[in-house]
Amino acid sequence: MSNVTVTVNGKSHTVDVAPETLLVELIREKLRLTGTHVGCDTSQCGACVVHVDGVAVKSCTMLAMTADGASVTTIEGLANGSALHPMQEAFREHHGLQCGFCTPGMIMSAVDIVNRKGSDLDEHTIRDELEGNICRCTGYHNIVKAVAAGAKAMKGGAKPARAAE
Amino acid sequence: MSATGIGAAVRRKEDQRFITGTGNYTSDISRPGELRAYFVRSPHAHATIKKVDTKAAEKMPGVAAVLTGADLANDKIGGLICGWAITSKDGTPMKMGAHPAIAADKVRCVGDAVAVVLAETLRQARDAAEAVEVDYGVLPSVVDPAKAAAKGAPQIHDVAPNNMIYDWHLGDKAATDAAFASAKHVTKLDIINNRLVPNAMEPRAAIAEYDQGNDALTLWNTSQNPHVARLVISAFVGMAPEHKLRVIAPDVGGGFGSKIFIYPEEVVALWAARRVKRPVKWVSDRSEAFLTDAHGRDHVTHAELAIDANNKITGLRVHTIANIGAYMSTFSSSVPTYLYATLLSGQYAIPAIYAEVDAVYTNTAPVDAYRGAGRPEATFVVERLVEVAARELGLDPAEFRRKNFVKSFPHQTPVIMTYDAGDYDASLTKAMDLIDYKNFGKRKAESEKHGKLRGIGFSTYIEACGIAPSQAVGSLGAGVGLWESAEVRVNPTGSIEILTGSHSHGQGHETTFAQLVSDRLGVPIETVSVVHGDTDKVQFGMGTYGSRSGAVGMSAIVKALDKIEAKAKKVAGYMMEASGDDIEFKDGKFTVKGTDKSVGWGDVTLNAYIAHKFTGGQLEPGLKEGAFYDPTNFTFPAGCHIAEVEIDPETGKTTIAKWVAVDDFGNIINPMIVEGQVHGGIAQGVGQAMLEGASYNSDGQLVTGSFMDYAMPRAADLPSFKVDTTVTPCPSNPLGIKGCGEAGAIASPAALINAITNAVGHENVPMPATPSTVWKAAQGGMKKAAE
Ligand code: FES
Ligand code: FES
Repeated sequence: MSNVTVTVNGKSHTVDVAPETLLVELIREKLRLTGTHVGCDTSQCGACVVHVDGVAVKSCTMLAMTADGASVTTIEGLANGSALHPMQEAFREHHGLQCGFCTPGMIMSAVDIVNRKGSDLDEHTIRDELEGNICRCTGYHNIVKAVAAGAKAMKGGAKPARAAE
Repeated sequence: MSATGIGAAVRRKEDQRFITGTGNYTSDISRPGELRAYFVRSPHAHATIKKVDTKAAEKMPGVAAVLTGADLANDKIGGLICGWAITSKDGTPMKMGAHPAIAADKVRCVGDAVAVVLAETLRQARDAAEAVEVDYGVLPSVVDPAKAAAKGAPQIHDVAPNNMIYDWHLGDKAATDAAFASAKHVTKLDIINNRLVPNAMEPRAAIAEYDQGNDALTLWNTSQNPHVARLVISAFVGMAPEHKLRVIAPDVGGGFGSKIFIYPEEVVALWAARRVKRPVKWVSDRSEAFLTDAHGRDHVTHAELAIDANNKITGLRVHTIANIGAYMSTFSSSVPTYLYATLLSGQYAIPAIYAEVDAVYTNTAPVDAYRGAGRPEATFVVERLVEVAARELGLDPAEFRRKNFVKSFPHQTPVIMTYDAGDYDASLTKAMDLIDYKNFGKRKAESEKHGKLRGIGFSTYIEACGIAPSQAVGSLGAGVGLWESAEVRVNPTGSIEILTGSHSHGQGHETTFAQLVSDRLGVPIETVSVVHGDTDKVQFGMGTYGSRSGAVGMSAIVKALDKIEAKAKKVAGYMMEASGDDIEFKDGKFTVKGTDKSVGWGDVTLNAYIAHKFTGGQLEPGLKEGAFYDPTNFTFPAGCHIAEVEIDPETGKTTIAKWVAVDDFGNIINPMIVEGQVHGGIAQGVGQAMLEGASYNSDGQLVTGSFMDYAMPRAADLPSFKVDTTVTPCPSNPLGIKGCGEAGAIASPAALINAITNAVGHENVPMPATPSTVWKAAQGGMKKAAE
């Protein structure tokens, strides 16, 4: 066992972990932040996506120890107090979720897409960029709409417009 | 229409917790002192268990216990059952083999549990599981349903000779044979409805806790129907009396049918928790889910359609072999029979239908209901036959359908169902307009200019939802009634709790049910909350599957609301010194007819509880009513999906160029949520048609056992969909709702395969139509099925 110090959602934690402990286990089991989900064991589904030093990472593929000294943002840390992040707001507004299980990973990936690709995203780009996130419920139609709207809102700093349909 | 009432696209109330990561799924729950469970599973598809040696594992660090099938049998824990009795042609009952939660003497599929390890941490449990030594006597196995009943095939259950569970039939054989004898044209197809893995994104999980002082058990599990789970685990497994067993299904991350069933792991968790007197937590990993979740579909079918000289369909004959897997899962027997053959008339007036279904055991995971359950299989048979028949006869597939549509209602089919309402012409016409059918030829020519093939395919589907009335399903063999319950609890301050026997695992009941109440009582939607999924809080209910929560679950709420309104009127009457009969209720206000005397909702609810305006002899205090609602018929959602594809003949890559869905779901509570259900259903149907297929090798190893080998639909595999509706209200429930949860998955595979076969000019394109399959077809490498 050894100590790992990570800042998660702005709060520093020093945790004793076994060397094989995964970042997702640290987040879910040690810190009890259960918004980050586990949907597979082959790094395919993206339910576990968090940001490590501002970059999207599948937390089931990263050892907790390698996050030592890093700053991690999980879905619980995305909103600014009670003000939702524009991407969270867009998922609700455009009905981009049903059972909600893929949603934290989807939203964290979506924010990362905007960070990397800018806020003017066409459908094709969004669909390609969501390659690593599986949703079984929505058929992606509304997720794509939500990501596009959330991206625009992130740029404007404004709330996403109410969906036309 | 109010902004939050019936028909409004109200944004979902449940989303706040899901988008902020504060949902509460079973695996998020942790009980003090819990042990983690890990199962030792068979690597063989079929083997006797000679010996299970747990000694080494028991000594491993952190291990609290290692339990086997022998321990389970010693403790007299019963096996799992299938709750729908099917009778074979000769009148004999179906042959159900035993299904112990942990195998004691024989394993019948890869992944069958042979022991469970309980340890302080998951890692310790997993490590110790590797130290459990099992001595197997490997037996030959059979995985192909078409070979399961053959002479010399390995015998899986002693009670089922030739692995035959039942050979069942429906319809009039003589009349159907006569229709074929006089037919002008006969279209024949051999169809394999490919085996699917439901793969809800949340893997199954179970946490069990034993309360010694009260000798009571609590189970948190990923269930679509917690009361049914409690009933089965109590009455059939014999775990504990119903009142000593609480089942809580908290947030559930998708189900699609696979979380209806009662599974071995939840039985084992309960039993183990009581044995070791500590909470036990089991969370499936995805690989385990592939092996142990009930799979869907897996039919081998030969089907024939008889057509007369006027291009009228006169008969349909179907023979299907249905793979049930190694054990009969909870509702497995009903899926290829009463949920399948009863829908073989499709949207068409077919005078004679005869269907035979052989259900067989194989050394594969159990097969049970998966989104649509039987109805996608039926729709695929009918819609492929009709499309191919039109092509063979040189007719426009839309016009051939139209000519044969049922046009007057009620319509009695030859396979039990009485269609109550519909307008199949309307949905077909609207869908053709939306996809611009008349210009398809131009688009095809344009594609051809670029060396691409273009095809268009229809699917005019019908399904039966609600899965009720209870008396009717009982007469067909169901072991349960299929009504639904509701309780409406109005608080003194006027806020309302709806306790429903339905269960939401993505459907948005917390919103739609609240919309109904808001609309009916004229109260703000924020003052209504929906309680579900806990057998200690909610009265017995049947759960959510078969697109039944709107038509059946909400109808129960309507009935309870009727009673609430009647009583509230009486309270208002006492408050205003008028007779309850003279009170009108509208928009949350009670008015004495013909006067301007009125009282508001909150006044009345408070007065119902303080009871100062009436005596106990005049009226009972309080405002809480319950109802059990049993429908008078199934509901019959129907509609038309049209797929248009473009295929690159060089690579076999199929691109879905357009998708139009026009569905008739009757009245709609929340169009946003309904559209979402349609999108998700289409995606699963497209998955079946183009991507997904569970495949076992001849040794019974699942070769598609992870997301690396099993192709789940990704965002880039799908287009945006054009979704619209037509409306004929359902006459058999008070809201006129038909149900929308399964339609997309039912309609879409046939539409897509019809489009692909149209593009390549060959009928023999099996599902999933992967690029290599389509490439072969496009190159003319696959022979025409009709030949
Ligand atoms: S849990 Fe990390 S990708 Fe699936
Ligand atoms: S919303 Fe259920 S998996 Fe995406």
